[in-house]
Amino acid sequence: MIAAEGLRFSYAGRPAVDGVTLEARPGRVLGLLGPNGSGKTTLLRMLYGALRPAAGRVTVAGRPLSGMSTREVAQQVAVVVQESGSETMLSVRDATMLGRLPRLATFQRPGAADERAVDEALARVGARHLADRPFSHLSGGERQRVLVARALAQEAGFLLLDEPTNHLDIRYQHEVLQLVRDVATSAVVVLHDLNLAARYCDDLVLLDRGRVARAGSPDEVLEPELLERVYGIGVTRTHLDGHLQLLFHPLAHHAPHPHQDRRLPA
Amino acid sequence: MVVAEVAGRGAPTTDPSPVDHLRRSRRWTAGLVAALLVSVVAGTALGAVHVPFASVVEVVSHHLFLVPEQRDWSASRDSIVWEVRLPRVLLAALVGAGLAVCGIALQAMVRNLLADPYLIGVNSGASTGAAAAILFGVTLGLGEHALPVSAFLGALVASALVFAVARSAGRVTSTRLLLAGVAVGYALQALTSFLIFASDSAEGARSVMFWLLGSLALAEWGQPLAVAAVVVTATVALLTVVGRRLDALSIGDETALTLGVHPERFRSLLLVAVALCVAVVVSAAGSIGFVGLVVPHLARRAVGAAHTRAVPVAALMGAVLLIWADVLARVVLAPAGGADRHRHRRPRRPVPARPRPPPAGDHLTS
Repeated sequence: MIAAEGLRFSYAGRPAVDGVTLEARPGRVLGLLGPNGSGKTTLLRMLYGALRPAAGRVTVAGRPLSGMSTREVAQQVAVVVQESGSETMLSVRDATMLGRLPRLATFQRPGAADERAVDEALARVGARHLADRPFSHLSGGERQRVLVARALAQEAGFLLLDEPTNHLDIRYQHEVLQLVRDVATSAVVVLHDLNLAARYCDDLVLLDRGRVARAGSPDEVLEPELLERVYGIGVTRTHLDGHLQLLFHPLAHHAPHPHQDRRLPA
Repeated sequence: MVVAEVAGRGAPTTDPSPVDHLRRSRRWTAGLVAALLVSVVAGTALGAVHVPFASVVEVVSHHLFLVPEQRDWSASRDSIVWEVRLPRVLLAALVGAGLAVCGIALQAMVRNLLADPYLIGVNSGASTGAAAAILFGVTLGLGEHALPVSAFLGALVASALVFAVARSAGRVTSTRLLLAGVAVGYALQALTSFLIFASDSAEGARSVMFWLLGSLALAEWGQPLAVAAVVVTATVALLTVVGRRLDALSIGDETALTLGVHPERFRSLLLVAVALCVAVVVSAAGSIGFVGLVVPHLARRAVGAAHTRAVPVAALMGAVLLIWADVLARVVLAPAGGADRHRHRRPRRPVPARPRPPPAGDHLTS
């Protein structure tokens, strides 16, 4: 379990995350939602130790993150970040093999077990046939699958993803999230698309200006009145084939974006 | 399911085989090692005076292993092969290898394919150091090695300066390193130009050109060559060992971090190693261009971008390339006198305080 308690972080005095507590429970996919600038990525980066919280603490499987080395964190937590390395000339196999890095000693060369882990990871995301292609030649959807394969090769207990559906067409958005559901033991995923969150996440945390607006099941969090207040957009909720589905429309009275009024000088 | 479908469709076309990659890079490495050996012999044999290949092998073997024990060749052939050309060929190989691996490391560190070893201001620092030594006679009491040593010190000061500027905001990011390198490089170039301009010595100014243009003419058996051999070999080994971490860094800082590599600490470590290696190379041979920029690209093209394979291949390619570039230069620009006279063009040493006897080795140019 990854647990965060009272996390705070500010950029140059402006709070980005302001007292967030959450739990990513084993065997479940937790979605982090919120408008642009609500602190989703900042929060996620604190969960894998890229940012040190100004206050509060993160524990991974009961151990405090602040007491772990970069390498120890990488053995427990695999991350798919937004920076995809689109210019790298590594082959897909070499890029996936990087997932084994946290498990290799300095002078150790990857052995048969590592090769096997890479093969299996690529097979699980359906990318084995891409192994010898240059990573940079892949389409967006293929790249995202390979990045997930790298995370799988890492054999970490937790998988964190920062907007994995960015720049993907609709089919690949669903495919990548289905993949995460299929392969992950426990996952935390930052998402923009609320309907994808409704379909693929077990738990949701909705952030608003660095604070938790609501946490709970998709049914509890994706509530039209709440979303209207946080996003400043009209929301209609329906059901389609037993799945929760949201429809959006501009609010009639042209309310200012909820974040804008806050930035005016007092 | 979509994923399964795709997997099924793709599987028969190319079965991924890690063995292929390995075999390919082994083949390249073996080929290049052979090419390097041939190049060392050929580079020693070819020149204004041609020496038969067999004779080169004989002379070298005599000096190294005392086989054959008796020499049945002339003293001049012996000195051309052993005293003049072989050290020069070995220096070419070391310089080529060092520049190539430093280039590949820097390209990964700043994630820019145009990066080369001189990005971190080392060559500008070396020429500034050498210029100061030549034009103002700052010998630091080092005698014969004053020039290389002042070039080396200049190079180290320059890279320390780049590091300090890049770090001034607390973090060494790739962009900051790139900008700091270019800025410090320009500043030191200006300083070198000013030193040349401000001095009255036309000959001194010409000697500074040695560091600006690069040359292997200083090669001789001795400490500088030994230092270059040790440092370059150690750098190649280090960069090969940390190859996978270089792969991670070449994708991005955040990716490196999530794979257990602290990007800034690792970049700083690399910077120290690369600066040291380039400083040694430049102080021995001036700023030789091209190798450090182009060879990394050739190596990646041959065996792929994974640094554990690309670094050793780049080292070998750089060594072979520079040996042949030097051979070409020696043959095309062969002095009319017929002998290896390049030592006449060796840069003037700083003016010594007292007259000194001519250094040993100069008789070779007769």
